[in-house]
This record gives sequence, structure tokens and C-alpha cells, in this order.
Amino acid sequence: MSRPKHTEYKIPQHINDYPTGPQYEAGFLPEKNAGWRTFKPVVNHDECIYCLRCYLLCPDGTIMKDNGKIKIDMDYCKGCGVCAHECPKDAIEMVKE
Amino acid sequence: MTKVLDIPKVNAKNMTEKEFFYGHKACAGCGGSIAVRLALKVLGERTYSALPAGCMSAVGFIYPQMAFNSNAIITTFPGSASMAAGIAAGAKALGQKDFKTVVFAGDGGTADIGFQALSGMIDRNDDVLYICYDNEAYMNTGIQKSGLTPYGTKTTTTPAGKNIPGTITHKKNLFEIIAAHDIAYAATASIGYPQDFINKVNKAKHVKGATFIHVYASCPTGWGTPTETSVEIAKDAVDAGLIFLAEYEDGEYKLNRNPKEFKSVEEYLKKQGRFKHMSDADIQCVIENRDKKWERMRKNWL
Repeated sequence: MSRPKHTEYKIPQHINDYPTGPQYEAGFLPEKNAGWRTFKPVVNHDECIYCLRCYLLCPDGTIMKDNGKIKIDMDYCKGCGVCAHECPKDAIEMVKE
Repeated sequence: MTKVLDIPKVNAKNMTEKEFFYGHKACAGCGGSIAVRLALKVLGERTYSALPAGCMSAVGFIYPQMAFNSNAIITTFPGSASMAAGIAAGAKALGQKDFKTVVFAGDGGTADIGFQALSGMIDRNDDVLYICYDNEAYMNTGIQKSGLTPYGTKTTTTPAGKNIPGTITHKKNLFEIIAAHDIAYAATASIGYPQDFINKVNKAKHVKGATFIHVYASCPTGWGTPTETSVEIAKDAVDAGLIFLAEYEDGEYKLNRNPKEFKSVEEYLKKQGRFKHMSDADIQCVIENRDKKWERMRKNWL
């Protein structure tokens, strides 16, 4: 698995359910960031030349490679629009949700 | 020292698929998180990160969310470099091999508060990579002026008015101060040139001893820019000559980018809310300071 996934948060019932130390283990993600989004990126795969500029510059790392195509993890995309603005082919469009 | 040619190249095509800074709560379009994410991807899984108080520790460790996917710790504000030096020494004492210790500190945590610990770390030549992501003010606490805030910036502690155009001091020459320690490797970068930044982190990864990278990272919230332009604005700063890309290695300065003509400074400044109030005389002051600096750099570093 290349990136951490959303983890269901269970309210601790016993002292053993709490993490040792002040934090849970690395990559423990009970919350999503999708609620921050007003505009969502939509990729036009015919225009995309797979230059991976969006993959490099996504502040949240939500753009992934998927067999020669780019794919966006909508659970953690905040809709900032950096990918659409930086795309040399304008293959990504920001659409209001 | 490792030769540059022996270091395997890292780029978007061959870098690891794994994400080590994921699900964080940084503002949309955050430039600092691009810098942290790319650096961690280049450094790989066997990395210890130390983060002082600042945006990246505030957004990465919001309980119960744990955005860092490799070892990371919040340090004291002034002691991030000494704590990282301790981590590196501890890991070495445990016999660990093939690891890197890295600090991600903001401009305040580097140039003002964390400075003496950083100076000590370079003096002892501890095996730590210190990355300063420079968003030109204390953004996490609500935009206060730091030592790296440029002339004319409007912050909450240096408000712009009729008599004073916001900040009246120029940016500290942090890169040259660090280089004056005779450090093994130091560099400046910008997230507007991501491949250049990746190359520099990759080079620092393979240098044994203290290394330092000063990366210019935009902040849409503090700078008053639209979220989608945060990479463009970091590129514009380099093209306008206000930020330079340079390296210091083996006692030699190297200017990576020496443009024949600069882009318009005024255009760069007027894109941002923090510079909106600046008069023509203030802009002229910025340009004069830039030209003076470039004249010195071209004379001594080329």
C-alpha cells in the first residue's frame, strides 16, 4: 500500500485502547479533509500527457499514478486548484461540487 | 565526499509512490507542505523528522490524526537542531545504518529562535539535514514579522500606514550566514522549481555531516494570494530576482540560476495582499536592494 488510508475512529473503551505516548501510530487518519473543498478537480485523460507536474506539486499528495494515468484521492483533496493552475495542457478543470 | 555523478537521480517518474506526509490539516494550497512532502519522498522511509513549533508541526500532529508516516517528533522551539543532533547520535549508538535525520523548521524557527542550536549543530558537524521552509513570517501564530520578512511586508506586528510601509528591514542573509560556518553543503531553493529542490535534497541526503537547505515556500493565507497560484508565486519570486538559487559546497559558492533579465518586481508584489499598499518609492527601494545584492553575488560567486 503506497499511502495511508482513512481509519475508522473507535472511542476508547479501555485504557489499553489509548496510544502509548501522546499520538497514535504513524499514518493513523481518522478524519477526512474532503469537507474543505468547494471546487473539485476533474481530469480530462485525453488531454493529459502524464508529465506528473501535478503529482509533484499537490500540497496534499492526493494525486497518484495508476497504470499510466493520474488518479485523485477525493478523501484528502482540499480543492486548492494548484494542479489545474500548473497543468501545462489545461487537462484538469475545477468543477463546483 | 560522494561525487555528484554517483548519486542516483530522483524525479517524478522514479520517486517512491509512498506518501510520508498525508492527511495533514494545512491550509489549501500550502507551499510549506509541498516542501515537506517532496523532501520526505526523496529521503525515503528510514527518516527521522524533528519539527519545532510552526505550521508543519501544528498541521501534522492534530490528535488523533497522525499525518506523518515515518518517525516524527515535535521539538522545543529553540532546540530543534540540537534535538535532531541527539536523534542522529542515538540512532548511531544503536548501530542503525542507512538513515537520515531531518529538521523542518519555519523561517522564525531558523533565523530567529532556533538559530543558536542550528549554529551549534553545524559547528559539531552532526549528521543532520536542516530544511528551513521560508514563508517570510510567523504564519502559524497569525502572521508576525520574523528575521526573514522582506521590506514592505504588512504583518500584524508591522502594520502598514501613512508613515511606515510595514516592515522596514530587509531579509537576513541567512544562506551566507550558514555558509560562513564552513558547512559541508548548503543550498537555497524554491518550490516554484521543484526538480531543483528535489536534486538539492537528494544531494544533501548523500552528504555525511551537517547540511542546510533554505526553501522558499509560499503561504496563501499570510500572503493574501489565491490558493491555486501558490507555486506560480514562488516561481515569480525567483524570476524577479528577489530569491536566488545557489549552492555552497567545498568552500565555494555556486549560483545555479543567473537570469539575464529579471521579470517585473512590481507585478510580483502587486499579486499579493501583503504588498498591496506599497508606493512606487517603496518598490524602488526593493529593486535597489535586489540590484545591490545581485551585483555582489555576480562579482564574488561566478
